[in-house]
Amino acid sequence: MNRISVNVDGTTYEDEVEPRLLLVHYLRDRPALTGTQIGCDTGNCGACTVDLDGASVKSCSVLAVQADGGEVTTLQGLAQDGEWHPLQRSFHERHALQCGYCTPGMIMAARDLLRHNPDPSPEEVRYSLRGNLCRCTGYQNIVQAVLAAAAAPDSVTAPAAGGEQTWP
Amino acid sequence: MIPAAFDYACPTSVEEAVRLLAEYGEEAKVLAGGQSLLPMLRRRAARPRLVIDVNRVQRLRGVREEADSLVIGAMTTHHDVIHDALVRRHAPLLASATETVGDPAVRHRGTVGGSAAHADPAGDLPPVMLALNAGMVAEGPRGRRTIPAAEFFVDRLVTALEADELLVGIRVPKPAEGWGFHYEKFQPSAQAPTLVGVAVAVRRESGSIAEARIGLANMGATPLRAAAAEAALAGADATEEAVARAAGAAAEGTSPMSCGGTPSEYRAHLARVLTRRAVLRAVRSTGRNAV
Ligand SMILES: Cc1cc2nc3c(=O)[nH]c(=O)nc-3n(C[C@H](O)[C@H](O)[C@H](O)COP(=O)(O)OP(=O)(O)OC[C@H]3O[C@@H](n4cnc5c(N)ncnc54)[C@H](O)[C@@H]3O)c2cc1C
Ligand code: FES
Ligand code: FES
Repeated sequence: MNRISVNVDGTTYEDEVEPRLLLVHYLRDRPALTGTQIGCDTGNCGACTVDLDGASVKSCSVLAVQADGGEVTTLQGLAQDGEWHPLQRSFHERHALQCGYCTPGMIMAARDLLRHNPDPSPEEVRYSLRGNLCRCTGYQNIVQAVLAAAAAPDSVTAPAAGGEQTWP
Repeated sequence: MIPAAFDYACPTSVEEAVRLLAEYGEEAKVLAGGQSLLPMLRRRAARPRLVIDVNRVQRLRGVREEADSLVIGAMTTHHDVIHDALVRRHAPLLASATETVGDPAVRHRGTVGGSAAHADPAGDLPPVMLALNAGMVAEGPRGRRTIPAAEFFVDRLVTALEADELLVGIRVPKPAEGWGFHYEKFQPSAQAPTLVGVAVAVRRESGSIAEARIGLANMGATPLRAAAAEAALAGADATEEAVARAAGAAAEGTSPMSCGGTPSEYRAHLARVLTRRAVLRAVRSTGRNAV
């Protein structure tokens, strides 16, 4: 067992974990933040996307021990004082979800994009969401929701480290 | 699925990592970005006794400029490679090929060293390392050595690294004037592995092509050089017809697999088409070394 201390959505948790515990299982089981989903066994679907130390990661492909000393933001940490994050509002308003399974990962990936690139083109939105699979929507409303959120004045949170994203 | 149990070590120096590798041998696995290793652990395709996480070894991160080459630390992430000014200037092929790898979250964690050490024949970066004549810098109990990329990829998921050696970086020679580069790949969908990838470096001398180095992904158990096409391009005119003729030889000497509804003939066809496209784009980019 390894001792870890992780800040998740503003609260610090101290725990003994097995090294093989995946971050996604830790988040769902320990702080019971079940908003982060598990979809695949390959790292392909993006349902488990969270923010770790200022960059989006697939939490099924990170060990909980690797988050020791780190800061995690999940979908459930986005709302502030009972107010939805602009991306959450925008997904709701534009009907960018049906079953909602992919939504937490979509929003976390979109948030990462907007931090690097506050004014993305539709192509850039599509390219940045290629690691997130949705079985329901056909993506069109998701892309529109991200573009609408980008246009909203309060959409962009503090920029992450690293340069602006470029796209091939 | 949940990985089989393992012990975890998080060394902060190369020396400590190498000591653990020497102690555990084949029973240890290095954890870099984890973007290939963690899916393998989950499927229990790998069951190491010890996982050595090298994410806290600071010396393995970042890009260093030397007189005639760049040394890119093994743990430099795909994201950082893409945005590094030195890489964009002196190794634009590596930057542009890395932009096609996975998705943003994969590129935040995945590393250049992990992609090389994983030695997946479908990986996009190994053929780039061949086309750039990169040197793979390894450190072990017997010291440091540089393995030419051409000798590094030994078989599917097998490299020339000894069990007690850590890949510490990749040395990429700075190109002289006149070189142009391009990476072209075909992927049936955003989530599917690269079916065929072609990494091209060409040197142009006025109206002709002086030399070409072409690395192929997924045309055999390891990344390969398209030697016949390279030979046909040497001294050829820099015209569409001459390039198309030379690219016709791109699949010669390769051994593409037939699998998953993809016959080897289809891969050979893709290699010819993508080589023609990539060489033409590389020729057009000669003279400006920036992306
Ligand atoms: C959804 C998804 C899409 C992807 N798409 C692509 C793609 O389009 N193109 C592509 O090329 N790749 C793709 N990948 C793979 C990705 O690029 C990985 O980053 C890469 O293959 C492995 O790098 P890593 O740093 O994550 O290494 P890890 O997964 O940590 O390690 C991979 C292997 O290398 C060994 N290793 C790692 N570092 C060292 C070292 N320094 N010394 C010795 N051994 C070492 C490990 O022990 C392990 O066996 C994708 C992965 C995912 C999950
Ligand atoms: S559950 Fe993590 S990518 Fe699918
Ligand atoms: S809304 Fe159902 S998977 Fe995307």
